[in-house]
Amino acid sequence: MTTLRVALLHLRIGVLNDLQYRVNFALQVLQSILAVAVGLIVFQLVFSYTNELNGWTHAELLAILGVQTLMAGVIHSVIQPNMMRLTEEVRDGKLDHALTKPVDAQVLVSVRQVQLWQAVDVVIGAVIIGIAFVRLGGDLGLLDTLAFAVALAFGAVLLYCFWLVLATGSFWVVQMWFLPELFEGIFQTGRWPVGIYPDWLRFGITFLVPIAFAITVPAEAVTARLDWQTLLFAVLFTCAAFAFARWFWRFGLTRYSGASA
Amino acid sequence: MSSTATTPELAKVGRLRSLTDFYWTTIRLAIAEQFQYRAATYMYILGMVAEPVIYLVVWSTIADQSGGSLNGLSAGDFAAYYIVWTLVRTMNIVFTPYGWEWRIREGQLSGQLLRPLHPIHYDVAEFAGGKIPWLIYYLPIAIVLTLIFQPTFDVRPAEVAVFAVAIWGAYLIRTFNQTALGLVCFWTTRVGALFSLYIMLELLLSGRLVPLTLMPDWVQTVAWLLPFRWTFYFPIEALVGDLSDEQLLGGLAMQIFWILVGIGVFSLVWRYAVRRYTAVGN
Repeated sequence: MTTLRVALLHLRIGVLNDLQYRVNFALQVLQSILAVAVGLIVFQLVFSYTNELNGWTHAELLAILGVQTLMAGVIHSVIQPNMMRLTEEVRDGKLDHALTKPVDAQVLVSVRQVQLWQAVDVVIGAVIIGIAFVRLGGDLGLLDTLAFAVALAFGAVLLYCFWLVLATGSFWVVQMWFLPELFEGIFQTGRWPVGIYPDWLRFGITFLVPIAFAITVPAEAVTARLDWQTLLFAVLFTCAAFAFARWFWRFGLTRYSGASA
Repeated sequence: MSSTATTPELAKVGRLRSLTDFYWTTIRLAIAEQFQYRAATYMYILGMVAEPVIYLVVWSTIADQSGGSLNGLSAGDFAAYYIVWTLVRTMNIVFTPYGWEWRIREGQLSGQLLRPLHPIHYDVAEFAGGKIPWLIYYLPIAIVLTLIFQPTFDVRPAEVAVFAVAIWGAYLIRTFNQTALGLVCFWTTRVGALFSLYIMLELLLSGRLVPLTLMPDWVQTVAWLLPFRWTFYFPIEALVGDLSDEQLLGGLAMQIFWILVGIGVFSLVWRYAVRRYTAVGN
C-alpha cells in the first residue's frame, strides 16, 4: 500500500513538473498531428492502389494506427523516460539513491520521470480508434469492449516489460544511447497488421519484441477479429513476460557495483 | 622586397592548406570515433533499417496483390529501391536542428565561435568522416536484405559512377537544408515542431516514403520544384532506375544548384542569426 502511494506521489510530482511548461503542450499537439497526418496520407496512397491490404480494410488499418499512436503516447510519456534514466544512472553510478530507499526498487525506477505532454498521443490515438470504430459500423458488444480494454492494458504492461529487460541490459553494456532509436524503428512495424510481414519478422515482432500482442491484438478486438484463445494467450504471455522481466531486473541488480557515490 | 607582393598569395595558400589539414584531421578523428562503440552503433543502424523494410513489405504486398507489379514496379524492383534507399539514408545523416537547439540553449556555441574557422566546417567534416565506418557497418545488412528480398538489379558502370558522386551531393544538400533550419533556434529555443514539418515534407516529396512515380501527378510536379527529390529519389534512381546519361548528368547539375542555394540561404541567415546569440554561463 505504501509502495502504491509512493508511486502515485512520484507520478504526481512528474506531472506537476511538466505542467509548468505550457507552450510545450501546443508544440506537442502540432507534432502529434503532423505524425498522424503522415500516417493518414500513407493510407490514402496505399488504398489508391488497392481495396484491402492482406485482408484489412482502410477503416481497420485506421484502428491499428489508433492503437499504435495510443501506445506510443504511453511509452513516450512514462515508460521510455524512466528506463532511459535508469540506464544513465547505472552508467554514472547514481542508482544508489534509488536502491537505498525502503521501497521496491523496480517500482521506484519505473515512476520517477514523466513527460506529460507526450501523453497527447494517448488522446489522439483514442480519437482515431473512435473514428475507426464508427466507420466500421460501431457495433461492439459489452464483451468485446471488455476484451479491448484488457488487450490494451496487458499490451501496455508487455511493452513496459520489454523496455525493462532492455534497460536492465545496462548492467552489462555501458553504451545504451541507441535504445530509443532501435525501439522506435521496430515499434513502427506496429503501424501495419503483423500478417503482412515475412515469417521470420512476424515471429520476431510477436515473441522477441511484443509488437503484435501490444498493438495488433487490441486492434483485432476493435475490428471484431479477436478470438478468446488469442486474448487468453496474450494475457498469459504478458504474465510470463512480467515474471521474467522482474527476475532479470533482480539478476541485473546483483551486477551493480555503484560508483564512488 | 618582393615579400610585400607575395604575402597575400602566401596567406591564401596557407589558409587553404590549413583548411585541408583541418578537414583531413577531423575526418580521421570521426572515423576513429565511429569505430569505437561498434555494438551500440550496430543496434542504432538496425533500428534505422526497420523503416525501409516496412515500406518494402507494404509495397511488395500491394504489388503482389495487383498481379505482380504496380505502375511497372515489381516486388524485386521495390526491393532494389529500398535496399539502395538504406545506403542513401546512411549518407543523409547530418547534424540535426536538435543539435543546434542544444548548442544554442546550452551555450556550447561560444567555444566554437572563438575558433578561426566557421563552425559549419566542423559539422561537414565530422559527419563526412562518419560515413566511412557506417557504410562498412551497413554492407553485411545489405547482403542479408539482398538474400531475403531478392532485388532485381541491372546496373551500368556510368550509373555506379554517378551514384558514387550523387550520394555526396545528397549529403551536402541535406546538410545545408538542416543547418539552415537549425539556425531558427537563434530566434526560438525549440525547433521540434518545425523540424517535424520538414521531415513530413521530405517523406512525401523526396522518394523516402515511396518511389515518386507512385505519387499523384500534382505531387510529382511539386517535388520537381523543391530540393528534397535530389536527396533520396535521384541517387536511388541513378543506381536502380534506368536513367539516360543526360538525365544522370542533369541530376548532378541540379544537385550542385541546390547545394549552392543551400549555402546561399545558410550564409545569409547566419549573418543575422549569429548577432542574436547570447551565451548563458560558460
